[in-house]
Amino acid sequence: MTETIDQIFVILKHWLVGHVPTAVEPIVSELLSVVPIILLFPLLFALITVMERKGLGRIQNRYGPNRVGPCGILQPIADGIKTLTKENIVPHSADKVVHLLAPLLLVMATFLGYAVLPVGRNMVAANMDAGVLFFFAVGSMTELSVFMAGWSSRNKYSLLGAMRAIAQMISYEVPLILSSVTVIMAAGTLSTVSIVEQQSGYTGIFPHWFVFTPWGFAGFVLFMIAATAESNRSPFDLPEGESELIAGYYTEYSGFKFALFFLAEYLGMMSISGMAITLFLGGWAAPLSFLTWIPSYLWFFGKLFFFIAGFIWIRGTLPRLRMDQLMNFAWKFMLPMALINLVTAGVWRFMPTGILRWLVCSAMVVAPYVLLGRGFMLGKRLEKRTYRFAD
Amino acid sequence: MSSMTETTSAANDERSRKLTAGISEGQLLEVSMGPHHPSTHGVFRMDVVLDGERVVKLKPVVGYLHRNHEKIGENNSYLASMPYTDRLDYLCSLTNNWAYALAVETLAGIDVPERAQYLRVITAELTRLQNHSSVIGFLVQDMGASGTPLMYAFREREKILDLFESLTGSRMMCNYMRFGGCRIDLPAGWLDRAKKVVAGFPQFLDEYENLLGTNEILMARTQGIGALSRELAINAGVTGPLLRASGVNYDIRKVDKYGIYDRFDFKVPLGDNGDVYDRYMIRILEMRESIKILDQAMCDIPPGPIMDPKAKIRGFRPKAGEAYGRIEAPKGELGFYLISDGSGNPYRYRVRPPSFVNLTVLEDMCIGNYIADTIAILGSIDIVLGEVDR
Repeated sequence: MTETIDQIFVILKHWLVGHVPTAVEPIVSELLSVVPIILLFPLLFALITVMERKGLGRIQNRYGPNRVGPCGILQPIADGIKTLTKENIVPHSADKVVHLLAPLLLVMATFLGYAVLPVGRNMVAANMDAGVLFFFAVGSMTELSVFMAGWSSRNKYSLLGAMRAIAQMISYEVPLILSSVTVIMAAGTLSTVSIVEQQSGYTGIFPHWFVFTPWGFAGFVLFMIAATAESNRSPFDLPEGESELIAGYYTEYSGFKFALFFLAEYLGMMSISGMAITLFLGGWAAPLSFLTWIPSYLWFFGKLFFFIAGFIWIRGTLPRLRMDQLMNFAWKFMLPMALINLVTAGVWRFMPTGILRWLVCSAMVVAPYVLLGRGFMLGKRLEKRTYRFAD
Repeated sequence: MSSMTETTSAANDERSRKLTAGISEGQLLEVSMGPHHPSTHGVFRMDVVLDGERVVKLKPVVGYLHRNHEKIGENNSYLASMPYTDRLDYLCSLTNNWAYALAVETLAGIDVPERAQYLRVITAELTRLQNHSSVIGFLVQDMGASGTPLMYAFREREKILDLFESLTGSRMMCNYMRFGGCRIDLPAGWLDRAKKVVAGFPQFLDEYENLLGTNEILMARTQGIGALSRELAINAGVTGPLLRASGVNYDIRKVDKYGIYDRFDFKVPLGDNGDVYDRYMIRILEMRESIKILDQAMCDIPPGPIMDPKAKIRGFRPKAGEAYGRIEAPKGELGFYLISDGSGNPYRYRVRPPSFVNLTVLEDMCIGNYIADTIAILGSIDIVLGEVDR
């Protein structure tokens, strides 16, 4: 019974495919994989926008949207109608074709990433051998579309925002990929499905997730920092930098094109969180062995919401970094840390199982963290100051 | 003053030249930030020349909110200008009222009764609390903290605005002071409510300091940024928290002892670096001192009249002469200069707004910094365009 519920969508798909002529079977099969993704994730996006606005509202001791529908949960529908009916303004001197293509390409690129995300047992649109590689390859397409948007708008804020976005996304892509290479080394495969399968076993009641190893934990933290920067979320939201650059690269977008940028930002956030779950947190696997009766897809989406909540929390908490600080952090801290972490993963792989392995690898993570942190703060003299008082 | 400004401007041009040496004109980007920009705090424009992200030149452009305040003052009777002063620095109408009332009282030689003096101190210090709390909120908001610190600051500000509303009938445009006293006495129970609000304020400040004072991002964004030297601050006529953050011990409450400020025990916090972080912290410390003043004033306030019985409201014609009344407004020295020719309205009505004068050093602080710092520096100056443009 549990097995049936777990596999219900897979069974449903096979049943539906069985009813069509053999000639169109592959196309229908693909469609049945693709359409749910295109339907489900934008729906989740709508849910998350309302979750974010209400969550941020609570953090900022106000209510958030509460007028449309019960407790404001129909707010995204109102927002959607609003953006659809807004005037589509294109600047007079803009490159009109590129201006139109940029948001479309951005959404397309972020959607492509979902193809390799296993959202449940046997639930993946495309089980590629080079799944992780594909994910990062299409992920880097977003940089191009962001730059297209900034360049074609013929607006100085857009251009500055695009420059920031390019610099930031390319810089953070390096530690992002390097930290996921550790998992690829340990799993010995680039396929997302087999990476998850390798993590779905249990020792006692505890799972074999990669995050529960020294290198996995360090890699996970690095990955999430880089992922925050990749998805332009606070405190790395410099390309948008509202108080500095109005809205950065999408300053000149209005109406539904703006909504597409908004959609792409959240889709990107979800897909990169999905990748973090797949690589480090056991994908659809249950966190404890006696919880496996809960369907796998529920675990995946549960973890996803956990990540989104984290993103919202961080957004409501931290001020923004400055561009040079952001770049220094990427190249002087994240990159060396990710490289050392690669070595740690190698040492872990070839040392015999036991307490010694834990000690050595933990030291290999903690020592560079402390030393790099010291070096990074060197010469900065950030301190809590004392003040004098005159009568 | 004018020769001084020229020297700073020449020095700034020299710095700009040094920064752009070897860079062709085409590589620089000129951005007109404002008058419609989320962080210019109103209709203020900065013509910024950027080399990448670095500011090599910055020209502040003001005047978008000019509404002839001083000329209107000359054509109005003395009392009719009082509500107009509310609109100068629209966050702190009560201190504007006081500065104007002080100028007219000096001009006409009117005394202010004891109770009214206490009322003025209480309302002015409450104004300082709400101004400083919203300024530090705006400052962190400008650094990208997506509203949370601002909303926390506004929560406290709301409580004070509610007090203003029940006292004066208006939250922001209070129009409370009169020549020779105040317009209306405290409503029943007001003092207790005010005491409760003030007693809760240190908790908010502690919370704010704990959450943000040692935040690494905040420190990295503000420490060493936009440092204003002691000499330049004095030469340019900068006043208020900006001047004290640069280490100059100059607080008009202590210097002039206007009103009854000599009766209260409070200290003047001073910074040593004059950077954005110092300005931020000086404001927090000043709020703590204001709370001290408020505690004393609300404890000591005597009963009695709130208006000088000899003061004339109708047909008020001070004898010919001139007077300058200045107070320590939350933003700095706010002065009103009045010349009377013996008629019912002033011959000359001049405002010395603190934020306009403080704004003159913007370029000095910004050149060589990044564009994101410009926003933080501007936020730390604490301008209100109603006052800058008049």
